[in-house]
Amino acid sequence: MGKQLLIKPEKCLGCRTCELVCSFGHNGAFNPRFANVSVMSYEEAAISIPVMCMQCEDPCCLEVCPVGAISRDDKDAVVINADKCIGCKMCMNACPLGNIGFNTERRQVHKCDLCGGEPKCAEFCPTGAITYEDPEEGIDRRRAVADHFKDVFGEEAKA
Amino acid sequence: MNGYMGQILRVDLACGKITKEPLNMTAAKDFVGARGLGTKYFCDEADPKVEPLGPDNKLIFMTGPLTGTAASCGGRYEVVAKAPLTGTIGAANSGGHFGPELKYAGYDGIIFEGASDHPVYLYINDDTVELRDARDLWGRTVFETTDELNKRCGASFRVSCIGPAGENLCLYAGVMNDKHRAAGRGGLGAVMGSKKLKAVVVKGTKSIRVARPEGFMDAITNARKMLKAHPVTGEGLGAYGTEILVNIINESGALPLRNGRDGSVFADADNISGETLAEKYLVRNKGCFGCCIGCGRVVDIPDGPFKSRGEGPEYEAGWSFGADCGIDDLEAVCKANFICNEYGFDPITLGATIACAMELFEAGHLTEADTGGIAIRFGDAATMVKLAELTGKNEGFGAQLALGSYRLAEKYGHPELSMSVKKQEMPAYDGRAMQGIGLEYATSNRGGCHVRGYMTSPEVLGLPTKMDPLVTEGKAGMLKIFQDLTALIDSVGICLFTSFAIGLPEVAAQYREAVGSDESDADILLKGERVWNLEKKFNLAAGVEKDTLPPRLLREQLPEGPAQGKVNELHTMLEEYYRVRGWDTDGVPTAEKDRELGL
Repeated sequence: MGKQLLIKPEKCLGCRTCELVCSFGHNGAFNPRFANVSVMSYEEAAISIPVMCMQCEDPCCLEVCPVGAISRDDKDAVVINADKCIGCKMCMNACPLGNIGFNTERRQVHKCDLCGGEPKCAEFCPTGAITYEDPEEGIDRRRAVADHFKDVFGEEAKA
Repeated sequence: MNGYMGQILRVDLACGKITKEPLNMTAAKDFVGARGLGTKYFCDEADPKVEPLGPDNKLIFMTGPLTGTAASCGGRYEVVAKAPLTGTIGAANSGGHFGPELKYAGYDGIIFEGASDHPVYLYINDDTVELRDARDLWGRTVFETTDELNKRCGASFRVSCIGPAGENLCLYAGVMNDKHRAAGRGGLGAVMGSKKLKAVVVKGTKSIRVARPEGFMDAITNARKMLKAHPVTGEGLGAYGTEILVNIINESGALPLRNGRDGSVFADADNISGETLAEKYLVRNKGCFGCCIGCGRVVDIPDGPFKSRGEGPEYEAGWSFGADCGIDDLEAVCKANFICNEYGFDPITLGATIACAMELFEAGHLTEADTGGIAIRFGDAATMVKLAELTGKNEGFGAQLALGSYRLAEKYGHPELSMSVKKQEMPAYDGRAMQGIGLEYATSNRGGCHVRGYMTSPEVLGLPTKMDPLVTEGKAGMLKIFQDLTALIDSVGICLFTSFAIGLPEVAAQYREAVGSDESDADILLKGERVWNLEKKFNLAAGVEKDTLPPRLLREQLPEGPAQGKVNELHTMLEEYYRVRGWDTDGVPTAEKDRELGL
């Protein structure tokens, strides 16, 4: 498969730089509420989790749009054509993950468009908590598990 | 209006009147924002002789033009008032998420005037601004207050508040935001308490614009790359927090031990170091808004007498509750630091005041009859934590500790045992082992302080160039540059820790692109110098005591370590410092300097 956004909450500082560069890249101004990514921080669990559209294989937003303003582009991003959009907000209601927002200044719905293949959130994330990569090459979690087994059982074998 | 929201709130707490007024853009151009602009508003409106805890003192919250943007670590706001601990201009800044949210609500700052006759909090939801009753919140801790206000107003509101220490007018109470972040020094939380202002809650949905978007992105990208590539900001602070300094400073023989009585080398320093903290208790690191460093510590003490969870300690608190009290029990140090966050007061002054009480007690100047039966001795971790709690609650001997070390030591006849400058405690670097930092303490506009021109950078870390900590030559000139640059950094609204990796060109570039200025780097640094001189002039008008150090630093030689036999040679540096500042021999800015700076 191609590249996609991957999140590693264990690395997230909760700094919200992703929200800043996302809103700036799309609107030319800083406003976390108009960003396509939001960082949720949980104090007790001491964890922060960036949440954004993962570009569904079978997107509800695309299905529900009555004017065909939502389509999939060549970077595999599900994008909204602002010229066609009538602002009915059906996509906001349809998205089961809440990943479509409404910009009250521009009076437009918005969602992650992968910045045309160079997502700013991943570029600016200071710790690598958000990356843009091919999951099969990138986080190979299966290998991480295998490495752990090797460490534990390898020592035993030596002993 | 680029970089700014163009509007401030003025809140008269006596009559409950709230007005919105346009930001003074002339002042913003000259004094930038946050620390500088807050101080400018304060000096224009308040009498230097004002009683710090009286209704005529003003309390100002101010953001900078880079606050809330993607600038390198641009999450800061400043709290400004006349400081009750020192009688100097009080300015303390804090990170977290509160400052940016205030800008998103549409305000660069808030000016509080007068005092309410009952506890209130200020509610800000974009254009809706109201004073609300806080009688039921009075007496509650910082954490309880924050949780309750989030429950009442909504989880997405950001809270800045005081704890019981601020309510009880503890002279070093801080203004606390996002629970664990503090505008900590000088007692500005007590000013807030004197006004019966328990909290400010804010939520905003507006956008911050910058003048030259492309140029701004280039400038912040460059600064962030440098921060990432630098070993201190890209690696050390994230992994070990500021506590990484414990072993480094101790090896330089500059970690003050037992109120500085026993020199500045602590054999057990590693037990309270950032490395030990990371190995044993660190849950994870954390960043403030827009941060790319991540020095914040989420720490868990899983069991034992000090079982607790919280954030910190920072290097300074690690020292004040640790080496300064002769304590190497990191669990006790963490617990004392959490108490400071919960009750809302400054751990540097608290730890140093307890250390001062320990010396007074061991010297026999203070007895169990004075302390309510508590023996206060160096190295006694359980007593240190107990005293922190008593001070937070303003109970028993804690009520005396709440006055700070100077007033405590003076009361018991030995003010010379207070390790303070202008009545504010010096932090975790011995001015005998680092000549420049001694000069920094003596000349700081808010009393003993390390973040008004961080001489540790050149004297220990070798940034931007290595200077021998034991010599006096060149320190005055370097300190002036550091003080002016720090004033600028604090005024644009970014974190001072960025200055380990970036300098004037990178700070100035971000400022220029945000506000649309074509001024040179030198012109922009001049704004920092202007802020410094304005603060100094306020202090002179307020009648603050002259620039000096505690007698211990000037007369008692260090007994061991790399700086063995040294005292601080302040007199040789001070004369040169006043000269490079363009001040007269008494440290008063000359008419010529005033003209140059337009003051």
